[in-house]
Amino acid sequence: MLKYSGILILALVAYWLSLSGYLDKPMLLILGAVSIALVLGLVHRMKIFDEETVPYYKVPKTLLYLVWLFKEIVKANVEVVKAVMSPDLEVSPTMVKIPASPNTEIGKTVFANSITLTPGTVSVKIDEDEILVHALLTEMSHPDGFKEMGERSARSIGEETES
Amino acid sequence: MIISLMMAAGDAASQAGPGTDWSAILAGLRDLASMLSIAIGLFFVLGGTLGVLRLPDFYTRLHAAGMTDTLGAEMILLGLIIQAGWSPMTLKLLLVGLFLLVTSPTATHAVASAAHQAGLKPLLGKYRAPDPTATAEEGH
Repeated sequence: MLKYSGILILALVAYWLSLSGYLDKPMLLILGAVSIALVLGLVHRMKIFDEETVPYYKVPKTLLYLVWLFKEIVKANVEVVKAVMSPDLEVSPTMVKIPASPNTEIGKTVFANSITLTPGTVSVKIDEDEILVHALLTEMSHPDGFKEMGERSARSIGEETES
Repeated sequence: MIISLMMAAGDAASQAGPGTDWSAILAGLRDLASMLSIAIGLFFVLGGTLGVLRLPDFYTRLHAAGMTDTLGAEMILLGLIIQAGWSPMTLKLLLVGLFLLVTSPTATHAVASAAHQAGLKPLLGKYRAPDPTATAEEGH
């Protein structure tokens, strides 16, 4: 609890200072302190001080995952733009259920958001252990493609994977 | 921006030789890189718009909209970052990009999930654009 609030205060101070850019205006610094206190009070009242709301120590892993995800996004974008701009507009919409491989809630959230973020696939419904995915092209709905994304998104938030 | 690039190129050409003005060349390259990046972004925004207009049903249109959100917006932001150089503005633009990456799939999922819960059936199977020369009427 104390650890998480400490990390959160540090992160919020860095955030305010980098966005305002003024270190010598007392008015702005006081406003920043008031805002940080307000956020801490709210988080405390909501009782959400835990690993999921303060995951700052996992930032390097998450950044690595973002790099990989961006590569996938570029590939998928090119495929979708090709399909959309071809005169025939040949698409083959598919609905598939894929296993939600990450174990934690936040892992599933990252996984489902990654699926939606990649053009050509949108996660429509999330159950306990399955995600219903709508794919624009049938070849985008192969389970193998999702398996790697699921493992990587689980690892990106620090979850241990068995493989 | 194009004018400034041409001016930069002209400056660089006129000072060719031992005293080449590297800063002008670098500025020109920077403009070129950011223009290229913004052009790519605009291409994907155009693709997304075309997709929303051309695709047959709600769910398939979501995919096209997602294209505008991701590579379209991010490449335009990258072009702006290149223009901003090393300044606090770069950090703010990076944060905007990051927030976009987090919020846009959330919104897309909310819309898709709402449609699914309301019982909107997706169009499945193969789809081809109707041949405009075959018949005048369109089934929508």
